[in-house]
Amino acid sequence: MVSEIRDERVRSVSRLSRLLSRPELGAAAGTVLVFVFFAVTAGSSGLFSAKGIVNFLEVSAQLGILAAPVALLMIAGEFDLSVGSMIGFAGILIAIPSVFWGWPIWLSLLFTFAVCGGIGALNGLAVVRTGLPSFIVTLGSLFMLRGLTLGLTRGISGRTQVSGVHELALHDPLNSLFSGQVFSGLIAWLSDIGLIGKRADGLPSISGIPVSIVWWIVLTLACTWLLTRSRFGNWIFAAGGEANAARNLGVPVARTKITLFIMTALAAALFAAIQVLVTGSADTLRGTQKEFEAIIAVVIGGTLLTGGYGSAIGAMFGALIFGVVQMGIFYTGIDTDWFKLFMGAMMVIAVLFNSYVRNRAMRSR
Amino acid sequence: MFSLAKLIKPALGLLAGFTMMAAATTLAAADETRVVFVTHGQSGDPYWSVVKNGMDDAAKTLGVKAEYLAPETFDMAKMGQMIDAITASKPDGMVVSIPDAAALSTPVKNAVAAGIPVIVIDSGGSKLTHDLGGLLFMGQDEFQAGVMAGERIKALGLTKAVCANHEVGNSSLDDRCAGFAKGLGVDVPVMNGVIDPTEMKNRVIAYMTAHADTQFILAVGASGAEPTLAALDELGLAGKVKTGTFDLSPTILQAVVAGKMEWGIDAQQYAMGYIPVAMFDLWKKYKIMPIADYPTGPGFVTKDTAASVIELSKLGKR
Repeated sequence: MVSEIRDERVRSVSRLSRLLSRPELGAAAGTVLVFVFFAVTAGSSGLFSAKGIVNFLEVSAQLGILAAPVALLMIAGEFDLSVGSMIGFAGILIAIPSVFWGWPIWLSLLFTFAVCGGIGALNGLAVVRTGLPSFIVTLGSLFMLRGLTLGLTRGISGRTQVSGVHELALHDPLNSLFSGQVFSGLIAWLSDIGLIGKRADGLPSISGIPVSIVWWIVLTLACTWLLTRSRFGNWIFAAGGEANAARNLGVPVARTKITLFIMTALAAALFAAIQVLVTGSADTLRGTQKEFEAIIAVVIGGTLLTGGYGSAIGAMFGALIFGVVQMGIFYTGIDTDWFKLFMGAMMVIAVLFNSYVRNRAMRSR
Repeated sequence: MFSLAKLIKPALGLLAGFTMMAAATTLAAADETRVVFVTHGQSGDPYWSVVKNGMDDAAKTLGVKAEYLAPETFDMAKMGQMIDAITASKPDGMVVSIPDAAALSTPVKNAVAAGIPVIVIDSGGSKLTHDLGGLLFMGQDEFQAGVMAGERIKALGLTKAVCANHEVGNSSLDDRCAGFAKGLGVDVPVMNGVIDPTEMKNRVIAYMTAHADTQFILAVGASGAEPTLAALDELGLAGKVKTGTFDLSPTILQAVVAGKMEWGIDAQQYAMGYIPVAMFDLWKKYKIMPIADYPTGPGFVTKDTAASVIELSKLGKR
């Protein structure tokens, strides 16, 4: 008899409706929609060949590396508009000590991560101490970092691009961590058995999977674990949902937010490390508008602009949609003058579809 | 607890410091020649960076005071206001670029009317410069440079080409593409690219996958050329699909040396920064001024000459 008495405050929810109420569901549906669109319009053009897939995944991965921690920060109710400038700044911090001062790459990298993490902490401190909107504080950092980057680079090198990192990084222990390829053996084997095409010179069409894609997946999973399985995750939701109530319950809101600002800054530094080591050069203009792209990816991924609701997996789908749309149009044969119109329309349709699916799912609960 | 007053004090102190620094610089010797550049090129742009280096070097060598101004974004209204402001400060010479005649004609005319000698560099061309009362035009006719690039490719017997534009909407880059098509004598599609190197590289890969018959890729600047080289490398087409570019960088020059790139077109824009400073110095001291326009480009840097300018490119002179 006792076992029959149930706590009336606890409602049993079926596995299916729990799945349907996940924030990333809409984004997953939007992703399917976008893939169907390109399968129809550009299915046979090479977009879905091994080369084409790696092509759009690489673009998605770099954005996704940024988007995962940005999603966490936005769930906590804050924005970081400085991540784009931070990419340019971090790139220069890696390139200048190694090219001009002869530092080994690994040391430049450690130095860069330390400095960027410090600036992230300053961003966070400024936000929690002044109580100003993070939108304003980090808009300030956006300009300050860009100016600092340009001033430092021109002052030291007389140029705005610093190249020559490739040769220096060749034998560096950390090089392959950021610019390498993984699963080369598997790819070669898949190519041998005919599953992956070959180039004109007989080599497989791709030589491996760019390591940035691994970073993207690992970071997304780590952020998801943090958000849904750790105490810190509860703090993030609480800080973004109702900061005062959270504070009264003993949630260290300030510490949580500062930690998240450090994480977004470190993600920007990681983005820069990957791009500098892959391209072999740093440029003061790198990362321009990435702050908006990251926010777009996070919003497509179902995170609310007002905070308190969202997911890191959703941001991964958002970045995936962004990458596919970015690259897909080149395979459709549409005149690329129409590119931005097309991309904007795809974004809006994906987000509308996303919120439609989510609303349906919420109502059915 | 946080107090706003604590923040405001150091902020005011910082502001006062900046004001004093600015005041100190404007109180410099009055008989020193003062030349001001107002251009549309953001200093973050590698091309304009070389112009500024030319200006700085000339100023240092000749003991002339030179300033460089440019709007943060491609904003012609703001650039017009900058020209007006500089006119009011009565410099000994003003150097401007005129990428948009409609928006900038009036401010330039007003500067000339106020008795300020004006030299036009990079964009605007000879006719416009003289119509507005400017002394002379220095630069590279982008359309004509494009025509010469097209003729070189035609001479190689190639017909299927694409113009990879990393900054769509910049009219001088459009001129480069249009001139190229004219010189080649056939339609050349424009591939719209971006500044981000990863996206640019992957767009070139995507374009080449969808248009495998392309024989030549023209990049219209270093930000497009370096990712194009990376894309061809990845596709295993380096050296097979020919490519060339406007503007130089150490990476471009190394690719030219290695035979992965046909040539880089040098606008020799260092001269656009250096020579007007010298000219205005002579003008102030001795009333000397050249009487004709000064074309600085196009200079084609090929396999034979590339190696000798790599070091100069690293220093931001080429």
